[in-house]
Amino acid sequence: MRNAAERLMSTPDTRPLPFLTGARIFVRMLAVQSSWNYETMLGTGIGFSVEPALRALPGGRQGVPYHAALARETHYFNAHPYLAAVAVGALARVELDGAMPPAQIERFRIALCGPLGSVGDRLVWAGWLPFTVLVALLAYGLGAGPVLVPVLFLVLYNAGHVALRIWGLRTGWRHGMRVAGSLATPILRQGPEYLARAVMALCGLALPLASARILGKSNMPIAVIARQSVLGPHALVFLLLAIAALLGVALVKLHGRVDGWRVALLIVVLLALHSVAT
Amino acid sequence: MTLSMILAFALLGAFLGLDVVSFPQAMVSRPIVASTLAGTLGGSASDGLLAGVFLEMMALETLPVGASRYPEWGTASVVGGALYVSRTGDATSALLFAMLGAMITAWVGGWSMYVLRRLNGRWTKRALPSLEVGNARIVTWLQMRGIAADLTRGFVLTALALALLVPLTAIAIAQGHGDSATIRAVLVAVAASIAGSAAWKLSHGSKYGPWFFVGGLALGCAMLLRD
Repeated sequence: MRNAAERLMSTPDTRPLPFLTGARIFVRMLAVQSSWNYETMLGTGIGFSVEPALRALPGGRQGVPYHAALARETHYFNAHPYLAAVAVGALARVELDGAMPPAQIERFRIALCGPLGSVGDRLVWAGWLPFTVLVALLAYGLGAGPVLVPVLFLVLYNAGHVALRIWGLRTGWRHGMRVAGSLATPILRQGPEYLARAVMALCGLALPLASARILGKSNMPIAVIARQSVLGPHALVFLLLAIAALLGVALVKLHGRVDGWRVALLIVVLLALHSVAT
Repeated sequence: MTLSMILAFALLGAFLGLDVVSFPQAMVSRPIVASTLAGTLGGSASDGLLAGVFLEMMALETLPVGASRYPEWGTASVVGGALYVSRTGDATSALLFAMLGAMITAWVGGWSMYVLRRLNGRWTKRALPSLEVGNARIVTWLQMRGIAADLTRGFVLTALALALLVPLTAIAIAQGHGDSATIRAVLVAVAASIAGSAAWKLSHGSKYGPWFFVGGLALGCAMLLRD
């Protein structure tokens, strides 16, 4: 155990995280939010994830440093679940270095919360997730079937997801307490901006194609009339997109006051009542 | 729908509900995947995909951000897909009531996640003395307990939703006389407006973002005109 500790602590600048320890941490990180709560938020999950690395502290699992470090790591923590990997790697490195006083480690943990939360939310929840969803909707609009659409989405999304977690863990481990600088990497800094543009373009492209495929050839009187127009067989789609645009503009204007899905629920309820009542 | 089918869907709902937050957040719980899986289980993957596309467009605005309370689309999509593939009447009416069932389930699911988080908080508070001495077994126990509770939540929610909604949906479809084409058109307009406004709210702040949207829309419409 002492050899393992010496190996881990000796030259972490050049030595990568041992594969088995890294693999254990990675698998545990997938469950980092399992005990998410309003008091400690991700705290217990961070302790759970970093624990395999702490086993290399002097005295191993029975040692005082191990218990003290694990207790510290289960305190309050909040960040984006994928980018929490950066914190896990950095905290593992800082704990194993043993050069930082406990109070400073606590401050370091708290200081990581804000940046890892906001960068992750912008990059993943507001960027990568809608981007991959819209790629899948576009594939559907272009005629892809029930195997290709979900598989395309899952492969694309998780390529980014897994890569981000691995990058985070390695970066955190490599830089330790100086990890904040690595958050200025071009992907994290400019990625959300490029993804936002791609999301906008894909949304404009995917919605007409997906809507047309859902509608197929409609026999609504208005669709039959519209088909005679210059817009051709998909005239109904253009008409519905115009209506959707009006409702969409209203939802954008009411942003922060009304959730779109609640409005959708209300309309679906009214439609269902109308269907049953007539 | 037989009891064994409800249990099979509930098991799927449990695992997909778990994916939403607890483990592994690989987005298998997104409607476009979850509903297709439910459709496959019920005998028609393409029907599941159709329901999934509708729900995905409505779920696009939901960001699973930390402490916020949001609809839970994982189990809801299983319920929506299952209701649609197990229909007994008109397909479009079934789609309408499947969407309604899924959205109500998503609402209740969001509330159930809030309850689970409060429960996790209570368990963590109770375990504080052990956590303060760095007890690894308690840390693992809290994580596993959270996973087990979330699995149970998804299972119970899906089973109850299906047990309640399958007969109600069958009655509603039998009573429904709405025009199928109109229902489908309204559903498309609603879903497209939610998806479009969601993308706009997420991305309009980007440089030239609106122009990218207009460019994409022009290309999409041009492709339809050439069709």
